Amino acid sequence: MTTSPLPPTPGQTIGPFYGYALPYDDGQHLVPPGRADAVRLIGRVLDGRGAPVPDAMLEIWQADAAGRIVREAGSLHRDGHTFTGWGRAATDNTGRYSFTTVRPGASRHGRLPFIAMTVFARGLLNRLFTRVYLPAPESALAGEPLLASLPPERRGTLVAEDDGSALHFDVHLQGDRETVFLTYPGHAP
Amino acid sequence: MTTTPTRDAQPPADTTSSDAAASSQADVSAEIEAIAEKYQRDATDRPETQPRLDYPPYRSSILRHPTKDLHHTDPEAIETVAPCFGHQDVDVLESDLTIQHGGEPIGERMVVTGRVLDGDGRPVANQLVEIWQANAAGRYIHKRDQHHAPVDPNFTGVGRALTGPDGSYRFTTIKPGPYPWRNHGNAWRPAHIHFSLFGTAFTQRMITQMYFPGDPLFALDPIYQAIVDQQARDRLVATYDHEVTQHEWNTGYRWDIVLTGSHSTPMEREDDQ
Ligand SMILES: [Fe+2]
Repeated sequence: MTTSPLPPTPGQTIGPFYGYALPYDDGQHLVPPGRADAVRLIGRVLDGRGAPVPDAMLEIWQADAAGRIVREAGSLHRDGHTFTGWGRAATDNTGRYSFTTVRPGASRHGRLPFIAMTVFARGLLNRLFTRVYLPAPESALAGEPLLASLPPERRGTLVAEDDGSALHFDVHLQGDRETVFLTYPGHAP
Repeated sequence: MTTTPTRDAQPPADTTSSDAAASSQADVSAEIEAIAEKYQRDATDRPETQPRLDYPPYRSSILRHPTKDLHHTDPEAIETVAPCFGHQDVDVLESDLTIQHGGEPIGERMVVTGRVLDGDGRPVANQLVEIWQANAAGRYIHKRDQHHAPVDPNFTGVGRALTGPDGSYRFTTIKPGPYPWRNHGNAWRPAHIHFSLFGTAFTQRMITQMYFPGDPLFALDPIYQAIVDQQARDRLVATYDHEVTQHEWNTGYRWDIVLTGSHSTPMEREDDQ
């Protein structure tokens, strides 16, 4: 871990009024919904009482289906064929969100693929990071370093369910089923 | 929802009786003060740099903060790089919030400029900066903003820019007004501009708020005070800069942003070529 000479600027809540500023047309469509390999990533954002959070915003960032990390601009004005690997979706009045993307491939041999996710919400004072792992056999999940470092009962909060056409992943900000949120080297409290 | 305010309208009767406004400012200020005192009493040699996620004076945070510790992990490859944005994403005109309509918005025209840096002081070049804000009267163009203050037909309050090679950004806008909210009775937010920032790594993503020097609402605001360390809070306050102010045109503020998190890796440099 390196020590930073410059102290970081603090984060703040996204607040209630980002809805006319940050979400944009096709932000949630990393690939067009009709594409043959398209998969939906859907779920809800829930608070500590299990109530839906209607003013949350999620962003995802992922490799392509072959596990390649793309460095393509164009996420804000999608051209219909360039995969940029990044998307943004707000929750609706029932706390639901929906992305259309592809199942990412593994970026490193022998490792499980995942979609990196950032969570923002009114009432949430700083962004949260998490990972959405694709489903895999229990033995494979137990062999993934991050998942292996978690108590078994919390591991499942980072693994989506795949029904063939959609990956289901709920974000629990708090409570018994609280999602595992991540901090990385260099992050300060 | 209620009546249209007239020129001599009194404050709407429901501003202090809504569900979330059960506490008074004195109650909330006492809670803020107690947390600040405890922080100072327990002072360590590692001051806090970020807001508390668990900060009850901000009522909406009570059910929306994780109660378990954030889990330490090393970033994987995808997390060591960040999404790319280019000129197909952002028009240069989007950095001027005063020219988006047929006429000029009401208020104090101002420029806010600064640099986006990583923790080592290196500029974050060619990266997306997004802002949104209330108008000069403290009103957002948002369907849920019920503040009885006028909408400005010439001001939307949304801007975007790409940073330059030196990490610099520059927006021309109108100084936002403070606005009431329903955290507690007679709650008002200090004037602020919301900023959304990306770094060179996914882990540097952040959203924050920029404030103006000397705002009398600072001590009363549980969102600003959720950063319990005074020096850390000060980092969200822009500096008035007369070099940015222009003769008979605009006032000027300077605000630099330092991102946290891991930095570029050999793999990223390879990919950039
Ligand atoms: Fe705001």
